[in-house]
Amino acid sequence: MYAFKYQRAASVEAAAASLAAAPQAKLLAGGQSLIAAMKLRLADSGEIIDLGTIKGLSGISVEGKIVTIGAMTRHAEVAASAAVRAAIPALASLAGGIADRMVRNMGTIGGSVANNDPSADYPAGLLALGATVVTNRRRIPADDFFTGMFETALEAGEIITAVSFPVPLRAAYMKFRNPASRYAIVGVFVADFGAGVRVAVTGAAACVFRLPAMEAALSARFVPEAIAAIKVPEQGLNSDMHAQADHRAHLVTVMAMRAVEAALK
Amino acid sequence: MSVTVSMQVNGKPVSHEVEERTLLVNFIRDVLRLTGTHIGCDTAQCGACTIHLDGRAVKSCNILAMQAEGAAVTTIEGVAAPDGTLHPMQEAFRLEHGLQCGFCTPGMVMSAIDLVRHTPQPTEAQVREQLDGNLCRCTGYHNIVKAVLAGAQAVAK
Repeated sequence: MYAFKYQRAASVEAAAASLAAAPQAKLLAGGQSLIAAMKLRLADSGEIIDLGTIKGLSGISVEGKIVTIGAMTRHAEVAASAAVRAAIPALASLAGGIADRMVRNMGTIGGSVANNDPSADYPAGLLALGATVVTNRRRIPADDFFTGMFETALEAGEIITAVSFPVPLRAAYMKFRNPASRYAIVGVFVADFGAGVRVAVTGAAACVFRLPAMEAALSARFVPEAIAAIKVPEQGLNSDMHAQADHRAHLVTVMAMRAVEAALK
Repeated sequence: MSVTVSMQVNGKPVSHEVEERTLLVNFIRDVLRLTGTHIGCDTAQCGACTIHLDGRAVKSCNILAMQAEGAAVTTIEGVAAPDGTLHPMQEAFRLEHGLQCGFCTPGMVMSAIDLVRHTPQPTEAQVREQLDGNLCRCTGYHNIVKAVLAGAQAVAK
């Protein structure tokens, strides 16, 4: 790991001020992606601003039909939360399937969302549920947030403070895991809001994306067979040693059908 | 450049000057000389470096020492009773021969203690699923799973 300057932020405002003074600095949440990348010398920002001791950035609240999760809330907390399990069980299940137990005990929702790894699970949950990313400056709809591979709509100096999820009628997340890394080779989150269905895919391409054709078919009839014939073109999908693009294209339909089946249970 | 990091390790307060980039596992092994915590893959996959940070099992090779500032850390050296009586989970690993070369064992035990704390009466399937962050390259999983199941019973008593 390259050497770096370290500072611990006392508040979101202080972290924002530090970021303004050192725009190349990296924010450290749980560090489960960042520390690993720094160790491999894939990341070298020269400066780390640790959000770990800021009060009030973690916790889960449910108000009406909205579940709000603080940015520093760890995956294990979301997975175990009775409130999340009651309101959006698919989201608790997604959090409980990220990486392994020890990583879930450190990794945070804010860190995962800000990192926007092409194979991460949370981006699919946020996009399918039509979540809102709350920052120190504004509220960003998930549809506008995930802009590309490891890229988001976050501006310089902007810090995620929470994520708000509307509660769907039913939802499910199904992923085909890489057996070694546990990342999604393909993961599909399906959410039925009654007024419409949203489908989001992670792992398959450079960035999480929605599937309007499946959304229309499932909005008309929420059964797995409704999307059995909908194939995703393999152009633009990831192709690597874990799965070729045609394999991923096939898996998108399979995982989406399994997600619908799971949501109906 | 260096910083001062302070925490409780196995109940004792410790404070040392370290480089900012010092990983928690290196702090534990090289500074505190507690070498029971192992470095296996060094990429947060194998779980040999598992310790408890404020009661949560985490991979100490993927955490900066500074992230444990003010925290209570427990390593494998801290789980037995002061008179040397093994923790019920350690004893279960001994009785069930839940190890071959033993390299992964400290991480397995620390992970298993955390596992049964959250899932007090795990099924075999739950043990296998929840141990997925701990790798045994002797592939001695059969006895490890037996040991965790026996340890869960012993801890519950």
